[in-house]
Amino acid sequence: MIQDFLFQAFAASAILGAVIMVTRRNPVSAVIFLVGVFFATSGMFLMLDAHYIAAINVILYGGAIMVLFLFVLMLLNLGHADWRDLRGPVGGLIGGSISIAFLGVLTRLFVGGTDARPVVEIAGSALREAAAEQGVVGVVARPLFTEYTIVLEVTGVLLLVSIVGTILLARRERT
Amino acid sequence: MAAALGLNGLIALFVSAILFSIGVIGVLLRRNAIIVFMCIELMLNAANLSLVAFARMHGIEGQIFVFFVMAVAAAEAAVGLAIIIAIFRHYEVVDLDRFRLLKW
Repeated sequence: MIQDFLFQAFAASAILGAVIMVTRRNPVSAVIFLVGVFFATSGMFLMLDAHYIAAINVILYGGAIMVLFLFVLMLLNLGHADWRDLRGPVGGLIGGSISIAFLGVLTRLFVGGTDARPVVEIAGSALREAAAEQGVVGVVARPLFTEYTIVLEVTGVLLLVSIVGTILLARRERT
Repeated sequence: MAAALGLNGLIALFVSAILFSIGVIGVLLRRNAIIVFMCIELMLNAANLSLVAFARMHGIEGQIFVFFVMAVAAAEAAVGLAIIIAIFRHYEVVDLDRFRLLKW
């Protein structure tokens, strides 16, 4: 019951955040709302039995890629478009409530320890049984390193090519 | 199919479709190149959401595909932002209306 409600709340906040993201004038606030969308979809991943995907969605999308976007925005000095999107009482209220919520979760973790009862109990499925048997990472990693090894290697080559391409493209040309 | 997917799986598919549509609208309507890029990331994330929802029905392969989608998205973001930096160095703007090199 509470799980369904949480899931629907995550779904609604994902859609709401995406709409706000598309309509913002200031690119910095668009980045911040997109991070919110990624957090909401991570919550949905978590409740669809994709625990590892949820974790790397926060770390890789919400963390690495969005910081890269913010870094480029700051580098090109594009964040000055319309500061009303970010500042003002509404933004302060939302930011303050999110901070207080995170503080509460962290306090709960420190006081109760990490072996606290899971907040969300998901109804049983085949994926969940496999995760209980092989571990949350193992259930993704095992086929990745047995059946799909060549694909994994090709992905590594793709990342290498993208590193070289990025350096080539962003380098200042010597004249 | 709906029974195996569950209510939450169905909601996930709907949300995925809506997020993808919002991303498409953003790509078509916005002029800031960086926001267009962010809409592309949103579309990739929407596709990931439907893949995860279907992985619940058909096995773990959907989640593995999401893993590769994320790797490709990281590479694409790095190269795309490098292109934006190169364009900005040349034109001093990131307004897509100003780039007509590949338009006719």
